[in-house]
Amino acid sequence: MSNGGSNFQSQVRSVTDHMVTALAILATIIVVAPLIAIFGYLVFKGASSLNLDFFTKIPKPVGETGGGMANAILGSAILLGIASVIGIPIGIGGAIYLAEFGRGSKLANSIRFTADVLNGVPSIVMGLAAYSLIVVPKIPFLPFTGHFSAISGGVALGFMMIPTVCRTSEEMLLMVPNSIREAALGLGVPNWRSVLSISVKTASPGIITGCMLAFARVAGETAPLIFTALGNQFWSFSLNQPIAALPLQIYVYALSPYDDWHRLAWGGSLVLIILIVVSVSLVRFVTSRGVLKGNS
Amino acid sequence: MSQVHLQPEPSEPGGQQPTVTTAPVVSAERRFLLSRGNSVNADRFFSWLMLLCGLSIFVIVGLIAFELVVRSELSWHKFGLSFFYRSFTDPYTHVTTFWDPVNQFFGARPFVYGTIVSSLLALIIAVPLAIGVAVFLTEMCPRVLRSPLAFLTELLAAIPSVIYGLWAVFVLVPILREQINPFLIRMLGWTGFFADDNPTGLGYMSAGVILAIMILPIISSLTREVMTAVPHSQREAVLALGATRWEMIRMGVLRNARIGIVGSIILGLGRALGETMAVAMVIGATPEIHRSLLANGSSMATVIANEYAEAVGDMHLSALTEIGLALFIVTIIVNFFAQLLIWAVTRGTPAQAR
Repeated sequence: MSNGGSNFQSQVRSVTDHMVTALAILATIIVVAPLIAIFGYLVFKGASSLNLDFFTKIPKPVGETGGGMANAILGSAILLGIASVIGIPIGIGGAIYLAEFGRGSKLANSIRFTADVLNGVPSIVMGLAAYSLIVVPKIPFLPFTGHFSAISGGVALGFMMIPTVCRTSEEMLLMVPNSIREAALGLGVPNWRSVLSISVKTASPGIITGCMLAFARVAGETAPLIFTALGNQFWSFSLNQPIAALPLQIYVYALSPYDDWHRLAWGGSLVLIILIVVSVSLVRFVTSRGVLKGNS
Repeated sequence: MSQVHLQPEPSEPGGQQPTVTTAPVVSAERRFLLSRGNSVNADRFFSWLMLLCGLSIFVIVGLIAFELVVRSELSWHKFGLSFFYRSFTDPYTHVTTFWDPVNQFFGARPFVYGTIVSSLLALIIAVPLAIGVAVFLTEMCPRVLRSPLAFLTELLAAIPSVIYGLWAVFVLVPILREQINPFLIRMLGWTGFFADDNPTGLGYMSAGVILAIMILPIISSLTREVMTAVPHSQREAVLALGATRWEMIRMGVLRNARIGIVGSIILGLGRALGETMAVAMVIGATPEIHRSLLANGSSMATVIANEYAEAVGDMHLSALTEIGLALFIVTIIVNFFAQLLIWAVTRGTPAQAR
């Protein structure tokens, strides 16, 4: 505890302090580097392979150059459409229950917790479940069961959207001040009307961006589609048939030995990443500028 | 900054207005209006409908569990728990195999091993970096840089895993193969963990590195969240005692946030265990066990992705489904504990959209 010792000690402490600062800065650089590398590479490789053909043509057979991913883009759109029809209403409904009816109740807490846990279930397991649920059994009166189909892929993606939509929408609904709800009730508006026209409407920018976030998340999912949507080299408009999907096509092409297919894979990745970056930035923008400001 | 969270009372998330913070108690006026409304039936119907939507989450978890158990019955009836460690020696060639669909032999040991090894590698690489980033962003970073950097790391979390895989196949694996692996073999070859017998560059190491890049943003953003939840008074108290910034971070912040940090690491582990596409593209897809980290392997999620669509026979399908069931149970348990730990720390502060 003498002064002479503490002088040396304080030097050691300040050196440690500087070293830790340097390490933290280094860590940040190491983390940001792959991000920049990935984006740079995607733009560099992808932009050169994007042309009109990419968006209008279907893949050419092996050996012929050219062709595009139009069928995969359409397939992804169809799959995501089905997923949204399933995931968004149920997710928002669940959020309304959590935020408006079940606040603080044990049931709501356990639903919230289960949603968070479900969010962490690997997507391949979702694919297995959708496969066992829809692709394997031939259920009478349900024509889309019993074989690989766009529906089964859409259902797998839809199930994955529910917990994400539910949790983000709930957070937005919780930010709606109670005074607004009570004002609506005080004017004699029925409760269901006040929830839909007042709470949900006030929170709608946040809810929409939450849905987009979930949408962007499942847009890049490949694992649940491998044995549900299966993929398709041709145009397919039927919900009953195997259908192509952008991430699935990227996967197949990336592992193929053909340069031309690699080129298409990079192009597809660029399209996918633009879709995702735009929606994530939108989420960021709305949650920071919206009426209901997040505290982040 | 939120300073409310360490109160024992679980306050509402998103509570910057005092009116919202007191929300769990429905006001007397509100209850009166609700009970006298002329649309009690419509309201009741609506609330039931919404409850149904909420319950659908339980239904989904139940359905997944039910389907996986039913579809893997064949396998767990025949093998029981030995499925996860059994091996098989060919009587003629004396080669030990674990997984041979053609001869109807199924054992999951190489996949369990591959999953554990690649996930642990990922954690070893990612955790120090993620904590470093979180410390930098919350405690040191100039205000101007904070939000763009946080956004960049969030973006890293939004990239689909197949794109990570594509990038890994064409950029990361060549770099590892040409630059890093020879160095590791030279320096650490004597340990046996880095053997020079795999010219492809695919393997546990590549899978671990790409997994590390993928789980970094999850760990760092959650760590950041729990670190910002530490009250400022804690930091000021340590600083007032004459601590340097690092001592303040160590004693005032990391110590208080450690439960949440462990939670976020476990959550990252959960993601790594179940990650499929990127790993499938770089791990090499051979059902073998090697001591060398540079050797080809396979993991639980990737074997399902690679073989399920072309499985031969019921037993093969059933065995793959059992691997899926094991993955499901493990990730449920891992996520359960992670969420518990994170909730214990961030309860009461507004959660960010992840």
